[in-house]
Amino acid sequence: MAEPKTKYDRQLRIWGEQGQAALEKASICLLNCGPTGSETLKNLVLGGIGSITVIDGSKVEAGDLGNNFMLDESSIGQSKAKCVCAFLQELNDAVKAKFVEESPEALIETNPSLFSQFTLVIATQLVEASVVKLDRICRRGNVMLIFARSYGLTGLVRISLKEHNVVESKPDHFLDDLRLNNPWPELKQFAETIDLNVTDLVAHKHTPYVVILVKMAVEWAERHGGCLPSTREEKKEFKEFLKSKTIALDEDNYKEAIEASFKVSTPRGISSNLRQIIDDSAAEVDSTSSDFWVMVAALKVEFIANEGDGEAPLEGSIPDMTSLTELVTGFVISSAVNLSRTLLLSSYDSETIVLLYTYKTDHCQLSCRHYVNLQKIYQAKAEADFLVVEQRVRNILKRIGRDLDAISKTNIKSFCRNARKLTVCRYRLIEDEFNSPILPELLKLLTDEDYSVAVGFYILLRAVDRFATNYNRFPGLFNG
Amino acid sequence: MADAAALVSSRWRDLDKLLLRPGNLVGQNFEPGPELRDDLQEYAKVLVVGAGGLGCELLKDLALSGFRNLDVIDMDRIEVSNLNRQFLFRLQDVGKPKAEVAAKRVMERVTSVNIVPHFCRIEDKDLEFYNDFNIIALGLDSIEARSYINSVACSFLEYDSEDNPCEDTIKPMVDGGTEGFKGHARVILPGITPCFECTIWLFPPQVKFPLCTLAETPRTAAHCIEYAHLIKWDEVHSGKAFDPDDSEHMQWVYAEAVKRADLFGIPGVTYSLTQGVVKNIIPAIASTNAIISAACALETLKIATGCSKTLSNYLTYNGLEGLHTKVTEFVKDKDCLVCGPGVLLELDTSITLQEFITLLEEHPKLLLSKASVLHRKKNLYMQAPPILEEMTRSNLSLPLFDLIGQVSKDVVHVNGMTNKNGKKTSSLRKLRVIFKGIDGVSDMDTAGGA
Repeated sequence: MAEPKTKYDRQLRIWGEQGQAALEKASICLLNCGPTGSETLKNLVLGGIGSITVIDGSKVEAGDLGNNFMLDESSIGQSKAKCVCAFLQELNDAVKAKFVEESPEALIETNPSLFSQFTLVIATQLVEASVVKLDRICRRGNVMLIFARSYGLTGLVRISLKEHNVVESKPDHFLDDLRLNNPWPELKQFAETIDLNVTDLVAHKHTPYVVILVKMAVEWAERHGGCLPSTREEKKEFKEFLKSKTIALDEDNYKEAIEASFKVSTPRGISSNLRQIIDDSAAEVDSTSSDFWVMVAALKVEFIANEGDGEAPLEGSIPDMTSLTELVTGFVISSAVNLSRTLLLSSYDSETIVLLYTYKTDHCQLSCRHYVNLQKIYQAKAEADFLVVEQRVRNILKRIGRDLDAISKTNIKSFCRNARKLTVCRYRLIEDEFNSPILPELLKLLTDEDYSVAVGFYILLRAVDRFATNYNRFPGLFNG
Repeated sequence: MADAAALVSSRWRDLDKLLLRPGNLVGQNFEPGPELRDDLQEYAKVLVVGAGGLGCELLKDLALSGFRNLDVIDMDRIEVSNLNRQFLFRLQDVGKPKAEVAAKRVMERVTSVNIVPHFCRIEDKDLEFYNDFNIIALGLDSIEARSYINSVACSFLEYDSEDNPCEDTIKPMVDGGTEGFKGHARVILPGITPCFECTIWLFPPQVKFPLCTLAETPRTAAHCIEYAHLIKWDEVHSGKAFDPDDSEHMQWVYAEAVKRADLFGIPGVTYSLTQGVVKNIIPAIASTNAIISAACALETLKIATGCSKTLSNYLTYNGLEGLHTKVTEFVKDKDCLVCGPGVLLELDTSITLQEFITLLEEHPKLLLSKASVLHRKKNLYMQAPPILEEMTRSNLSLPLFDLIGQVSKDVVHVNGMTNKNGKKTSSLRKLRVIFKGIDGVSDMDTAGGA
């Protein structure tokens, strides 16, 4: 057995230990192991999914070898589920692999309770009626369902579950949580200890942009009746104001401040997305509520309205920012070069460099201190916010009659850090989708440039399956 | 025997649905029929570049799509950290060449396919090797390697007198790339759609830290690690090169980075992060690779058979938050140095090959050093290997005009090093050389004299 940490290294860098643990706990059921289903499982088995159960009643035919890599010539005539399962097991011996040689359609009719043991069911190439039935079974048993259908060069995937809550949603682009539009007292105090009107160029270039913006926003507000820049004109003016404070052309920290100046103008308080979540009726918790909603409740009534001053808990991390000037430019590293060699190779004469170097070193401590101290102020606020939320969570747990420690510190911390990014997904029953399609929505998508093709195929695939149900064969089978 | 024949024909049950029947969404010149399937299997030759996460999937998908003649090239050996996605490899394969194991595994399961592995660098193969393929499918993880293959495929492209690309010289490429939950797939038809170099701006610049930040004002864990890796290592190990694959070296860098971080009160240095920063590790998962490779393999089949219209011309996939795909039609850079008609050089007939090579180094559009020169499949001068260098050295003092057969204009290929963001990379360039004062046979004699 290879060290799992090394084997899974490239994916652990994405979803971490926590994500990997969730994967290793999951138990997956696949219905029909054609190419779509087999390939799906292959990708889960490689990543170390907990267990798989392959359900398929068919025998392998020669034609299956042309589209399914999990089968080979020795598989012909044998159970497809067995052969696919054996190949998948070969990929990762840490995965528990099982198979059931029975038709999924029959099992849905005769043994619906079978499905309640799984975390998630992947149903491929099922007929309409079976999908609808399976969906109801899975909803009742709180089992997640993914329905996949491939047809020539087209296909569709549909997720069906009552509710999916994501704490670490890891969005692609998200504004960092600097709170420049609403600085708390400690951040303001820290900014006050730094003088921007120093004449020493090096010291001037050392100030991190967060400090510049906090101070400049205060100055701006004083001159504008306590308001921050909000209109386009004012934002432009604010940028000019920042520019006027620079004393040299190459002050990167001021450039960063100007680029980030819009962060001062972002609206205070929580986003409409978070507002929607805390206003959800599920946030009225009782003993049956999930941990997620207990933590949302703690945020809702207790934190945001009180200590949070209208805001979600602070994230606590800050981006890297210039807090030092590059006196000698062009020191970009291309390979392993040592410092003295680089100094000598540069276009400056070495004596000047050494002088500049010594001069800079004196100021360096100052600049590092600024950044690290700033980081500490953000971390301290995040920690304080977490402690308040944790207390609220414990209080709620007590109120609803659950164990006080039912939710771990780690989970609460992660919840606080991601509070601005919480995601709640809910899905309609497939039966509702089939019986009462939202026609205005479909018509809108059909005329939308980005979606019209996809929606067209959706309608065609639905028609194909309806045709197959009625005539027991696929359209176009006899064209040639 | 009858059974074996039946197996072979029924194996393509599903592929036949695409190749034997007409359709409304097919490509131009699509002629359905059994001959199309037979031609695909007999004549289509595809090169898969890279046998990693994408390459393994591509080989499987192409073999299952009916291709019979495949080659795969990869210089790497199998590592444990490949096993979470490179499904053709097992634990006992660790240390073996990827290309060889991948080819063997696919041939074991898909008996109809023949895959020739090449365990070497892409630069080790000559132009003729690449010219032998109808389509090149790329499953790479570096910009440099893509850039190189792109320049090779574009070097075959010829233009007519009106500067229109000659269709039979177009070498199609299908390129895939992934990073974590994101990926892209694209179709490159040199001369028609933008080549890799036309849209090089799509790639964000690599993050590099100024040396003074590392040396004096580290702020992040990565700064501390790069300090240990790029500065401290050389200070302590004079002359000994750092080897990122040596775990002792990595442990040393990690320990130094931790010391540095403690000194400055910076949190977050871990062994895993140290490896990530030093080796510039790109996170990778099986699903994204499978999706992108499937798109690339399908495009390859579509180019080869015309059974459906091809992607035009760049697909982006993002599975991070929900799932998003978008197809963008990028446009060609008509002045592209790589896929354009070639940089025009007006030369004196007296210029020697040596002088010509020096000129390439100084030419503002080229800045190409250490060039090897190729004319119509003939090596005029080769920098390496030594034996070829020796054989071609005597050409250096001869006039280029004579070496290319005293024609007034022609195309030559030069292969050398260029500087890209401070990094030396191999580059192949196509040049159009025109000799001054040559418009007829009468002038030819004046060119001699060497």
